[in-house]
Amino acid sequence: MPTLIDKSKVPWWVSNVIVPLVNLMLALFVSGLFIFIAGENPIQAVKLIIYGSFGYIEGFAYTLYYTTNFIFTGLAFAVAFHCRLFNIGGEGQAYLGGLGVFLVAINFSFLPVPIVWLLAILGSVLFGALWALIPAYLQAYRGSHVVITTIMFNFIASALMVFLLVDVIRDTNQMGPQTVSVPKELWFPMFRDITQLFGIKTRYSPLNISFFLAILASFLVWFLIWRTKWGYEMRAVGHNTKAAVYAGISPKRNIIIAMLVSGALAGMLGVNEILGVHHRVIVNFPAGYGFTGIAVALMGRNHPIGIFLGAFLFGILYQGGSEVTFDMPNISRYMFVAVQGVIILFSGALENLFRPQIESFFVKRLNKESSV
Amino acid sequence: MEFISDIVSLLSATLRISTPLIFAAMAGLFAERSGVIDFGLEGKMLAAAFVAATGSYFLGSPWFGLLLAIVACVSLSLLHGFASVTHKGDQVVSCVAINILMIGLTTALAAAWFGQEGLTPTLNDEQRFFEITLPFADALRPVPIIGTIYSEIISGHYIFVYIAYTLVPIVYWIVFKTSFGLRLRAVGENPSAVDTAGIGVYSMRYKALMINGVLVAFAGAYLSTAINANFFREMSAGRGYLALAALIFGKWHPKTALLACLLFGFTDALQIRLQGVELPIIGVIPVQFIQALPYILTVILLAGFVGKAIAPRAIGQPYIKEG
Repeated sequence: MPTLIDKSKVPWWVSNVIVPLVNLMLALFVSGLFIFIAGENPIQAVKLIIYGSFGYIEGFAYTLYYTTNFIFTGLAFAVAFHCRLFNIGGEGQAYLGGLGVFLVAINFSFLPVPIVWLLAILGSVLFGALWALIPAYLQAYRGSHVVITTIMFNFIASALMVFLLVDVIRDTNQMGPQTVSVPKELWFPMFRDITQLFGIKTRYSPLNISFFLAILASFLVWFLIWRTKWGYEMRAVGHNTKAAVYAGISPKRNIIIAMLVSGALAGMLGVNEILGVHHRVIVNFPAGYGFTGIAVALMGRNHPIGIFLGAFLFGILYQGGSEVTFDMPNISRYMFVAVQGVIILFSGALENLFRPQIESFFVKRLNKESSV
Repeated sequence: MEFISDIVSLLSATLRISTPLIFAAMAGLFAERSGVIDFGLEGKMLAAAFVAATGSYFLGSPWFGLLLAIVACVSLSLLHGFASVTHKGDQVVSCVAINILMIGLTTALAAAWFGQEGLTPTLNDEQRFFEITLPFADALRPVPIIGTIYSEIISGHYIFVYIAYTLVPIVYWIVFKTSFGLRLRAVGENPSAVDTAGIGVYSMRYKALMINGVLVAFAGAYLSTAINANFFREMSAGRGYLALAALIFGKWHPKTALLACLLFGFTDALQIRLQGVELPIIGVIPVQFIQALPYILTVILLAGFVGKAIAPRAIGQPYIKEG
């Protein structure tokens, strides 16, 4: 056992930068072992990941497109987590959020485009939040654990959406279960369109202006959590429910608020996917982004800046990963789901693995310097 | 007569479908009674299913597969213990990590080793468990009622089914009638008192987690080497969570948890029967709603409309030894 040290002497950058980085390195090392077990060379895989995500302009645009999705779902998980709630229903909330976007875009297309966009974003927020409401209510008032109920709501969302896509809102001219496309003038401007304004021709990439929406959402979450009374109360409930109650803060109310905000943020993934990329609702468009948000938030220590970095890292892993799966037949894209699990393990559950050693190491070094 | 044969096959299916839930619920019972949350049943079940199918394929016997599945699940349980007991990490986060890791790793390794994403090769008869016809099942068949119940409902299942239903009274006996069980429950309720009495909190929790790993391995192996002849991606389909819901709904008690598992099993069996069937008045229910039934039921049960569940008091809290 390392000797106990005075926590207040640990510089912030040791506990918030060095320790998370060490954890991340450990996670990536273990991930490398998995790639080795699967019969491929991890170093080669890293090279492919870096080339795929940074090597050419469209690849980098893809990286930022994935980053956009992970920012939304990472923020969603983080907001709930500040209230000590595990919203692992981001997947279902995003699915419903996409439905909200689509319904608004189809029914209000007679309005001016920017207004429809605004309404569509509100639609995603509303539908995502509503899908989180029942688990939130059950957690707050009946004590049903939100992990199980949100997972169940993912299954239920998936059944509901397949039903809607097959029987209700299906485009009957298409073979597969998908809706009609939203009117073309509502499609979000793409990265390609923007570079064209500057006279640079690029090929297709799904990156679109939703990226700015994600940045805006990050800022709003930061403001909500650290600069408003709501955020303060949520954190108080999350930190110590009993103390919060003594201070006159209602845990029930805050559980509901945190889950609604969380669901709304997850729902916004639908904006990127529907207005930006597919332009219609297709089966299972959230494709696991909701779950990745957990790893992103834990890695980013639930702070928007950390989440941005985490989302960017996962953007690199996803985009570079598709390069890897293309070149290495033994690596499936599910390998990167496993990598998420390892990152959650080391950045979340095992975050204290080497923390005492690292912190005492730095405290001793710094003390020595100051006494000299 | 068709009505009776419907009921018989429904009940038989209920026993069959409840089995993995029972193993997982009993596994969860040990962990949670000792004060360690186990949302990781889902991931461990997947790991067991994958390892059992792979092991059986390479070694030629489902028993070897089961053995390897036990090794895999105990290792994962120990990992959970290492993170949440020894290092006092967040127990739910550790479980979520195990679940996501296993969804990814099983699928990716199946792709790497067998060339198909999330699919292991089909097992032949020798690599798979077979259904057991109980003694006298054929002779008793003509006997009214008892004969039908015995030979049509009780007989003709995989060995796992019989182990599962024998397991429940054994778990009851261990948890409520032995000194080990008393310590187990005490660790989950009031760890510092147990510590004062000179019993190691950590070692009790680790023992509970190891039992947990062994039991949940049966659930996974049952899925991939008994009722199915291979592993496929995410084949546990939420059963780990259903089992946990059954455990909570059953108030962390083996007998009531068993009833909850049977209820889930029955709903699922009914769900399969109802697909495409035209019901009076309602007509054909869309298949997606029927498939969602077990999940909806889980939410309703967890909502505690049938009574509030009180968890072991120290659940989810890492134990920090003083001094």
